Amino acid sequence: MKNNKFIYIALCSIGFIACEPEFDQPLEGTPIAVQSAGEADFSNYVSIGNSLTAGFADGALYRSGQENSFANILANQMKTAGGGNFNTPFMTDDIGGFAGFEDNFGTRLVLQIGADGSRTPVRLSETASNDITATVEGSINNFGVPGAKSFHLAFEGYGNPAGIATGMSNPYFARFAQNPNSSVIGDAIASAPTFFTMWIGNNDVLSYATSGGSGILQPTPTTTDFSMIPPPGGDDISNPAYFGGVYSQLIAGLTSTGAKGVLVNVPDVSTIPFFTTVPFNAIPLDQATADAANAGFAPYNGGLQLAFRGGAISAKEAARRTINFTAGQNAVVILDENLTDITAINAGLLNIRQATDDDLLVLPASAFLGTPNAANNALINGVSAPLADKWVLTPEEQKLLSDATNAYNQTIKGLTDDNPNIVLLNANKLLKQLANGGLISEGTKVTSTFGTGGAFSLDGIHLTPRGNAVITNELIKVINKSFNATLQPVDPNRFKTISLK
Amino acid sequence: MKKLLFVLTSCLTVSSIFAGGYRVSIQGQRALAMGHTGVAIVNSAELAFFNPAGLVYLENKLNISAGVTGVISNVKYQNLDTRDAFATDNPISTPINLYATYKITDYFSAGIAIYNPYGSSVEWPDNWTGAGLVNSIKLQAIFVNPVISLKVNDALSVGGGPIFVSGGVNFNRNIAATPGAESIDGPSQIEVDASGVTAWGWKASVLFRPTDKLNIGVSYQSRIDIDAKDGDVAFTNAPQIPTKFDASLPLPAEITLGLSYKATDKLLVAFDFNRAYWNAYDSLILDFTNPVLPSSINARNYEDSNTYRFGAQYDINDKFTARVGYYYDESPVASGFFAPETPRNDSNGYTTGFTYNVNDKLAIDASFLYLYFSEINESYDSNPNDNTPPFKGTYKSNVFAPGLGITYKL
Repeated sequence: MKNNKFIYIALCSIGFIACEPEFDQPLEGTPIAVQSAGEADFSNYVSIGNSLTAGFADGALYRSGQENSFANILANQMKTAGGGNFNTPFMTDDIGGFAGFEDNFGTRLVLQIGADGSRTPVRLSETASNDITATVEGSINNFGVPGAKSFHLAFEGYGNPAGIATGMSNPYFARFAQNPNSSVIGDAIASAPTFFTMWIGNNDVLSYATSGGSGILQPTPTTTDFSMIPPPGGDDISNPAYFGGVYSQLIAGLTSTGAKGVLVNVPDVSTIPFFTTVPFNAIPLDQATADAANAGFAPYNGGLQLAFRGGAISAKEAARRTINFTAGQNAVVILDENLTDITAINAGLLNIRQATDDDLLVLPASAFLGTPNAANNALINGVSAPLADKWVLTPEEQKLLSDATNAYNQTIKGLTDDNPNIVLLNANKLLKQLANGGLISEGTKVTSTFGTGGAFSLDGIHLTPRGNAVITNELIKVINKSFNATLQPVDPNRFKTISLK
Repeated sequence: MKKLLFVLTSCLTVSSIFAGGYRVSIQGQRALAMGHTGVAIVNSAELAFFNPAGLVYLENKLNISAGVTGVISNVKYQNLDTRDAFATDNPISTPINLYATYKITDYFSAGIAIYNPYGSSVEWPDNWTGAGLVNSIKLQAIFVNPVISLKVNDALSVGGGPIFVSGGVNFNRNIAATPGAESIDGPSQIEVDASGVTAWGWKASVLFRPTDKLNIGVSYQSRIDIDAKDGDVAFTNAPQIPTKFDASLPLPAEITLGLSYKATDKLLVAFDFNRAYWNAYDSLILDFTNPVLPSSINARNYEDSNTYRFGAQYDINDKFTARVGYYYDESPVASGFFAPETPRNDSNGYTTGFTYNVNDKLAIDASFLYLYFSEINESYDSNPNDNTPPFKGTYKSNVFAPGLGITYKL
């Protein structure tokens, strides 16, 4: 042996190029460890849900986002534990958007960093090439449909190509619906899942929230035949009773063949950067500008006092509505439909007040605040021109959202409590942690801070690949614990966050 | 309003420019063949480096030694958990040494030593798993050290002189504007380059010859701080933020104590002990001149380290002298700070070589070093408070260094 080593070194000294060090246990000879599925069967894992399940990110559905959805990452980890193929209705490229429909389906957002260090998300300036009428053939495992609300999953014809132009169907589902009258849940059940995840309900509150509370809370249904209830309008909050009924039916269908699975509950919208990034006091003013703005609001402030003395509003409301700017950071001026309507006294006494810490401004407001008003460019948006309802979630609107979310989650928890085959991932709790200090997963920390936190993509709503990796690890924890499986976590540090232009 | 929204911390963290354990102890073919001992060996002009005090004891009036060594280093990295495996593709580095001494009187000699004591090239495949720490690094430094030697008496001499240093560095790594961010054009990289950086230091030494057979030597080299100013910075697949950089790198003080003993007429044995005060290398800080880019602070936490060297030479006949040696080299890199720029754990050096005397004046010296690193599991965390886990893996390295030189005396 010694002799051999001597010869080896001697040879190296002559033809030294090939004398590389060798590991005791080289990677090439080390097989991937087989993992146990425990009491679960991962041979045909199916994921059902909305944009989060689809891997939608940065305001678009694009290929690498899809490859890094939590469902796709999870399916990959299942491969060493008996998992099979995981077919995803991939878009054709990494640009995103549908050709010819860029207004509603634009390319993905990327971050533009200026030479001065400024950072602005912009749409990728490439041409969308996905054909909105193209379909994906073959069996599907990822049934994530961007935009889907709970009841949409049960809606037959939700993927009917004929309905796209009229807004009656969803182009993302149309790409892979088995036939024009398919429902998402019907196709999913027909694919005979052995294991499933379902994360639905986000859009039942989100579209109300992202529209700044432009819609309403749908009234309580008066019939128990849910198929007879017309779907809520686009920006409305789904009534919790309606949600509960639909959701229970979805689960009854999915579990009818004995499949096990995980239900992911609905996060509070107030924990996502879309609502937490733009501060309520986003208006920097110097003393002169503040004085000028105050002078502009003097008649309004005076009118409030008259209204109070006349008994139309309380002293508290008069104080809450009084507009006052000072040198430094100032709260934006907003319209609030929950204030007492006193326009009968004077048409100039609009329902306006300055925002407080309790109001949430939506992310697009960042590009709108401080710009000249379109109707009268002498006015400045957020200062002399009050922000319309769609830019702000007021405390009353937030209460509607959180009450609905809590009610949805009661339904979901109740279903998992009643059935040992389905278990709960509390995403509501996880996203609260993300927003309050962050989550550490396998040594990598992510937070919900917009742009730098690592968890959220540039739309402020959807997760990055790294955020998805963290959610996947949380799912793996729940699955391993509940079904005695040994799925291995992923290393989130190896997953990308945002893209730079 | 965009500014309001994007009051975001820019996280351009740039890791080490300079490699760890970047000292390359190859400063003479005769010494290297004997485990790089030499502080107490009066043999050739190599003394100008190892112990200038001894120059007055060289027999000839003029002594010249010159040599070049090819350093072939290989590093392999793997991680069985992530199933990553990478190997460096390092160019051969060629440190040179040139020494000349002249005996002015019986009590006074002067000389000059020119050599490359620092320098390494490490090239990992572009965008490998550790690209956030380093893609490639190239470090060079040349020392020019005029020395004098004064004989106190037949048993004691002192020597030393100033050291002029000129150096340069080129370093490339991947960057992310925020953790995990990637340009749509591909991974973003930063390359920093500084050349022609100069600095001064000094060396002082003593040689004691209590008997004809025994020599004892001590040599000390001062710490030298290399201060790079206004180095160039270039970005690839990233915003072209105009900036220069400043950085400071300590070349640690070193002390060597050693002895040689002439066991027989033909056999000489030697032992050297080196201590390098690496503790000086606490962290590497890159200051970018553009305030948009925050400074990059990289913990190093090097520790003082020792090297134990053993060597022997045997005169086979008038023409040939054979040499062998061994040394044990402690790494200055502390556990948990094992960066892939130059992954150095403790190593064992095996050396050999010979001299062929062409004639009375000219000799050819050959040396060969095989440096063996045992396999090591290590990690590096440039900032324990950031959002990324330490970079972990298993490393295995080796170095082959064949060298050739000439000795001329008159």
